[in-house]
Amino acid sequence: MPKDGGIGASTKRREDIRFLTGKGRYTADINLRGQAFACFLRSDVAHGRINGIDTSAAAEMPGVLAILTGEDFKEVGGNPTGWLVQSRNGETMKEPKRPVLAHGKVRHVGDAYAMVIAETFEQAQDACDAITADIEELPAIVDMAAAVADASNRVHDEISDNIVFDWGWIEDNRAAVDAAFAAAPHVTTLELVNNRLSPNPMEPRASIGDFDPGTGDYKLYTTSQNPHLSRLLISAFVMGIPENKLTVIAPDVGGGFGSKIYHYGEEAAVLAASKLLNRPVKWVCDRSEAFMTDAHGRDHVTKIELATDMEGNFLALRTETLANVGAYLSNFATCTPTFLHGTLMAGPYKTPHVYVNVKAVFTNTVPVDAYRGAGRPEATYSIERVIDKAARELGLDPWELRAKNFLTTDQFPYTTPVGLVYDTGNYHATLDKLGEMIDRNGFEARVAESRARGKLRGFGLSTWIEACGIAPSNLVGVLGARVGLFDSATVRVNATGNISVLVGAHSHGQGHETVFAQVISDKLGVPASSIEIVHGDTSKIPFGMGTYGSRSLAVCGSAMVKAADKIIAKGKKIAAHMLEASEDDIVFEDGAFSVTGTDKQKTFGEIAFSAYVPHNYPLETLEPGLEETAFYDPSNFTYPAGAYGCEVEVDAETGRVEIVSFTCADDFGNVINPMIVEGQVHGGVAQGIGQALMESVRYNEDGQLLTGSYMDYAMPRADDLPNITVDHSCATPCTHNPLGVKGCGEAGAIGSPPAVVNAVLDALHRGGITHVTHIDMPLTPSRVWAAING
Amino acid sequence: MHNFELVKPSTVQDAVAALAAEGAQALSGGQTLLPSMKQRLAAPDVLVSLTGIAEMRGICLSDRGLAIGGATTHATIATEARAHYPALADQASHIGDPAVRNRGTIGGSLANNDPSACYPSAALASGATIVTNQREIAADDYFQGMFTTALDEGEIITSVIFPIPEKAAYVKFAQPASRFALVGVFVAKYPQGVRVAVTGASEEGVFRWAEAEAALSSNFSATALEGLSVPAEGMIADLHGSKDYRAALVKVLTGRAVTAA
Repeated sequence: MPKDGGIGASTKRREDIRFLTGKGRYTADINLRGQAFACFLRSDVAHGRINGIDTSAAAEMPGVLAILTGEDFKEVGGNPTGWLVQSRNGETMKEPKRPVLAHGKVRHVGDAYAMVIAETFEQAQDACDAITADIEELPAIVDMAAAVADASNRVHDEISDNIVFDWGWIEDNRAAVDAAFAAAPHVTTLELVNNRLSPNPMEPRASIGDFDPGTGDYKLYTTSQNPHLSRLLISAFVMGIPENKLTVIAPDVGGGFGSKIYHYGEEAAVLAASKLLNRPVKWVCDRSEAFMTDAHGRDHVTKIELATDMEGNFLALRTETLANVGAYLSNFATCTPTFLHGTLMAGPYKTPHVYVNVKAVFTNTVPVDAYRGAGRPEATYSIERVIDKAARELGLDPWELRAKNFLTTDQFPYTTPVGLVYDTGNYHATLDKLGEMIDRNGFEARVAESRARGKLRGFGLSTWIEACGIAPSNLVGVLGARVGLFDSATVRVNATGNISVLVGAHSHGQGHETVFAQVISDKLGVPASSIEIVHGDTSKIPFGMGTYGSRSLAVCGSAMVKAADKIIAKGKKIAAHMLEASEDDIVFEDGAFSVTGTDKQKTFGEIAFSAYVPHNYPLETLEPGLEETAFYDPSNFTYPAGAYGCEVEVDAETGRVEIVSFTCADDFGNVINPMIVEGQVHGGVAQGIGQALMESVRYNEDGQLLTGSYMDYAMPRADDLPNITVDHSCATPCTHNPLGVKGCGEAGAIGSPPAVVNAVLDALHRGGITHVTHIDMPLTPSRVWAAING
Repeated sequence: MHNFELVKPSTVQDAVAALAAEGAQALSGGQTLLPSMKQRLAAPDVLVSLTGIAEMRGICLSDRGLAIGGATTHATIATEARAHYPALADQASHIGDPAVRNRGTIGGSLANNDPSACYPSAALASGATIVTNQREIAADDYFQGMFTTALDEGEIITSVIFPIPEKAAYVKFAQPASRFALVGVFVAKYPQGVRVAVTGASEEGVFRWAEAEAALSSNFSATALEGLSVPAEGMIADLHGSKDYRAALVKVLTGRAVTAA
């Protein structure tokens, strides 16, 4: 039995009380004395040359305080990308400047080229309408293949083929992979699209710049998943504000899914405007702006080939991908399609030879970057779809084909052909568990029952793995990362024995305030109710890298454990002094320090009080205070894995797919709060089903965004989703972090799309519609109908 | 949203007078107009709210059928029409979400005549009469194409009279994002014959499928549709479905509506 409020307990989320009663405090809720309002003027063409911007009439409008354009920011630095990728030919990737406001050219619909600051938002909006810009429209570059083929039309004038890099992973594998294909008895080939998604967090972005002319200090309130990373980018690259003169505060943040990792131009613009006006300047994004400015996700076009023998043993795997990065490089745009994608192409399988080629391409579309799963859903989708196709071609059972090719438990640690070392796992266990959970024996009867109602029933499988707990700095440094990916925590024990834990991770829905308190409670024996988790303010917390990549517990949680260990060590010193014993004889158990073999003990509270009232401390050997900071840099990624099963019914007359059941057997290693883990999987699966069946960002050939609102961008709603059954009992704890945790935030979004698509294909084939070998996501009714009738 | 003036008259006469002002625009439930104003796509100077006019609200049974006030909300129709005209109540109960149904009105929807709205199909399939402050207009004459109706400038729908059929059903196939009708088919069987009205599908807005009406009038069964087809020409093609797809859906949904009726 887990301790109440400790590790393993399904403690209710303490933060939900304020979220559910409307007492959350988001950036848009913050109003500073004297604040002015910003509105951005955005391009309505996808590609154009800015010949001139006339702001004179707008400047005379009521309430207008200032108007800034790209010209005002041309001297400041560009927003950099955090990852430098090398091309196959050894050249470094192209990295055009990403300006605060567009300068010279506009490069996508929504690209901001002017900013009005006024007394009210409406005045700023009216003044934006009064700006006249001479923008010469250029042909839009939308389709990736066309972007690469036509060297005359360029998103960035200095980049002739619109290619950021041409990356091979691992280039040295290429010859062996090609040789394996040449000799293979069977090759399964599949061309597929991983559809572009809009992240759609419930809270749109917002930023307030607040410059203090007295001290010269800047403060930025913003919707960020990682305030220190934003501070670093703004300070060191974009604005040149000394880091110690800039505070970034990310208060309650209503979801991010990756889109709030990145530094956006609006943040720098409100800081500059605040300095210019000596007033706080506030900007709140509306939903339409969010659709055309928040970094999108996915958008790969891939050809994948799987070489097998006739018994289904995987011999080699090869992929070619075009990855859309949009008009500018967002901060992690280059890492997502490469090191978060190519390195996962071995999956949970023992395929001996793997080679991945990715060309990243500029287009006149919104920048694309990491979105829940980030690269790993793209890898999983390609692998799990081609395996299903291979099973059909070879006449093999998809369960058996996967099981036959899984790594076995005696193979760990396992070095994959694409550069990762899996520390532990048991893929057969999660697959077997899934089989128990779904009533495989009753499936044929369910198919018949559906058929009697005129529906086609099918089942789809996906066995996935991800690399998360991002990331070992030494490894990512070798791979081109410009940042470290450690995290940090300070455990501050107050004199009265309660605890503030200041963490570098950021919670924007994950439940850190609850889960982190459970970890510290368990570790220090202090009730969770006496532990406060502080995050999101660079003036309070130690330098941390924030939350994404299913890293918070694996990396920041490990830092918390290290800091708590230091607290225990310090507590032992204090206890030894107070109990007049040797430090070596002090043991810490159940929240008390005692002298081993005696009944002499001091409670945690007594130790804490003594630390702050050190009347008789031997000050040469014992410092007052009980506060410790730790930085934790993981030695490896963590490797959650699992088996997902989806059962669908297809209405062949209309093409409509209904998901009857969705079942997940996951291995997340140790679990701190099972309820929150289940919720994370539910949310991830909902997003994965959204990608598989409904969501798709679409542009027309002129680069106009066709899905700019919820009238055309189909977000899944509760009644679009099935009940989701989850299990995480097949746990193989992570071998290299102190909690044995692996991360669970992205799993659902990674594992679910291929399960859904495989299920639809299975339903069609069982229904005799055998000419359909693939349908690109989203499998909307019209696409499924068109495939059936094609 | 731009600034505007709001007036809320309590009689049709006052509303008509207010609508004569420069830049005036009638406001019923506002479920289309207000989002357009927020997007700054519409900027009326004066909004004349029709929801304060008591005589335009509510439902009553008359010898001509079910009379529904123009400012009656979908939620009211969903509950109060159920005993008299269940297919109409059912249609109303699936428009938008609860917030939309509690604000949106039948008069507003019919005046807007969105090609994907639900009510035009019910009105046309029922041979309803659109009653305005000036005249009565037969549904067959009222719908004149996408967002186009027989209404004159400043003319207000005060009520709609639905003859009650022997049998009827509406089947909506929702556009996945908006949940408007990608295609919606309303089938109503009257002693004089069957009427079939289709919304969401045509570039010309709601229309009657005459062939199906003829076939169903002699045999009110889904099998009567065998061999019939709707031409793809003139259907809407967009992100959510091709012309062919919509044409195919018209037939499938008509059959399902007949079965459900």
